Amino acid sequence: MKKKKLTLTKKKIINGYMFILPWFVGFIIFYIRSIVLTAQFSLSELSVGAIGGYELKFVGLENFIYAFREHGTFKQVLTTSVGNIILDIPLIIFFSLFMSMLLNKEFKGRTVVRAIFFLPVILNSSAISGALELSQQMMAGGISAGSGQMIAEGSSTGVDVNYYINLFKDFAMPEAVLDYIVAAVGRINKIITASGVQIVIFIAALQSIPGSMYEVAKIEGATAYETFWRVTFPMVMPHIITNVVYTVIDNFAESEVVTLAYDMAFTSFDYGLSSVFSLVSTVIICLILVLICGFIQKRTFYYN
Amino acid sequence: MSSKVDSKAKSRFNMTTSNPKYINYTKGMVSSTKHLIIKVFSFIVIIGICYVILAPVIGMVVNSFMSDTDAYNPMVYMIPQNSTLERYRLAWERLNYIPTISRDLLYSGSLMLIQVFVCSMVGYGFARFNFPFKKLLFACVVVMIVIPDHTIMLPIYMTFRNFDPLGLVSLIAGKPINLMSTPVPMYIMTIFGCGVRSGLYIYIFNQFFRGLPKEIEEAALVDGAGTWYTYFRIMLVNAVPSVITVAVFSMVWQYNDTFYSKLFLISEDIVISKKLTTLQATIKNVDKILDTTIQELYLDAGIVLVMLPIIIIYIALQKYFIEGVERSGIVG
Repeated sequence: MKKKKLTLTKKKIINGYMFILPWFVGFIIFYIRSIVLTAQFSLSELSVGAIGGYELKFVGLENFIYAFREHGTFKQVLTTSVGNIILDIPLIIFFSLFMSMLLNKEFKGRTVVRAIFFLPVILNSSAISGALELSQQMMAGGISAGSGQMIAEGSSTGVDVNYYINLFKDFAMPEAVLDYIVAAVGRINKIITASGVQIVIFIAALQSIPGSMYEVAKIEGATAYETFWRVTFPMVMPHIITNVVYTVIDNFAESEVVTLAYDMAFTSFDYGLSSVFSLVSTVIICLILVLICGFIQKRTFYYN
Repeated sequence: MSSKVDSKAKSRFNMTTSNPKYINYTKGMVSSTKHLIIKVFSFIVIIGICYVILAPVIGMVVNSFMSDTDAYNPMVYMIPQNSTLERYRLAWERLNYIPTISRDLLYSGSLMLIQVFVCSMVGYGFARFNFPFKKLLFACVVVMIVIPDHTIMLPIYMTFRNFDPLGLVSLIAGKPINLMSTPVPMYIMTIFGCGVRSGLYIYIFNQFFRGLPKEIEEAALVDGAGTWYTYFRIMLVNAVPSVITVAVFSMVWQYNDTFYSKLFLISEDIVISKKLTTLQATIKNVDKILDTTIQELYLDAGIVLVMLPIIIIYIALQKYFIEGVERSGIVG
């Protein structure tokens, strides 16, 4: 055959498509089609037929109206889930940045400590985590058994939290800030277990900062505080976006809205409403992601 | 490599600054106490947080050895007085431990192999070939990571409930088949690169392959190796660190996954973490142990049994796990 032979670039193009083909097919079938179908379900009433097929009856925005106007818990669950995620983002990001700076230093037993910090990522199974929480409460003295209960019971543990809260109130500290801090202390256990991957990402980011930058900062007489805000923080800034995305996705997958959507589909068999729940929550989460990432992106400094 | 060089440079730098020849003596004193304070402080913080992470695990292990009297004795803390293996015996029996866990390990293991194979291929395709719409397609991978599983769960459920690709099945069997309560849907999804967290693995492989020098492939091409040969015999061998990272991640997450196994109604005999969720009810109803506190002790023993293989894998491959994320991983 003396046909025109394929050039190397063309061959490469074909090979490239060959490599990604299985994923591409899967993506079209399982993602694109599913998203379209979910949107369709949310606009219709779905009834499962006798032989296992299903029929769709177009009802317009009825499901949406029902979800927002009449459904008992949807709005409440949605707002708490989203609120919790927003509340957690800064806490997790700053905690993991702080911890990664501690763990980045050389000290004995560093690998062991890092392994322990990564442990929650390994043990995050919904079957296990429930029992872990229970066990946490039984180990009295753990922090999580603390704040919430302590505030409720007052001085049972010997420390009167209310006294301190009142003290700070007397210092004219805004109540909203105080509430946020108290809530943060109450969540410390959740925050620690949720920041395993983030810590590792930040450690990698810290190690990629050239040492010469710190030398320059030191020679120029920068204090540790200045070095952090002028060198370390801008350099890890790009990774904050990665971490925010990871945090939001991870938290969202375990939030109550998801459980509600699942229950609605498989215990109440109301598929249309379930689609509305998942669709609405996903759109909100995506909006939040875009907003936050856009906000950070504007202030991010890219070294390369 | 680079980090090693950095730390060496840093330590040399510290040596010169802390050398009394170079700085004022009193200033040195102040900074050394300051360093000591910082060190003690960070030590306390690290130990404290390690405790917060480990406490529930320790508590669970301890609880699983407690006898009935220990569970109600408020004086018993951490070390049980009359330790017993009864919890393990019953949990072992009710979980049907050895058969179930070997089935589960086989199931997660085979999915892990497919996952590594498919995701590395796709990652390599994105990293090394230039083709039209590449940016757009890679954006789709990111979309896949971002979109939560539950958005697509209903259509996927419907798809596999009445499985009929291109009308082929109904052509042969007369009607679409129901693939629920078998592990087949999970295999199909994984083969097409849409399994548990596949997007993340594609991303990891893409990052890793992009970091490998191009000269390797050029040499292979000059020596007459085809694209597929190059990929299987040369690139994949070079990618061992990221292969291990993804393998362990996918193994562990597959093993822990309850979302898909619940969605596809996969049998409890295959997925042990699903069996774990019903263990307490089994012990209550079958063994007539009605005391909730005691039931929880059995549950703790069951969890320890289920966690054991993961912990062993983790301890053995801990180095790859963290370094893999650090080096090849999500950091772009």
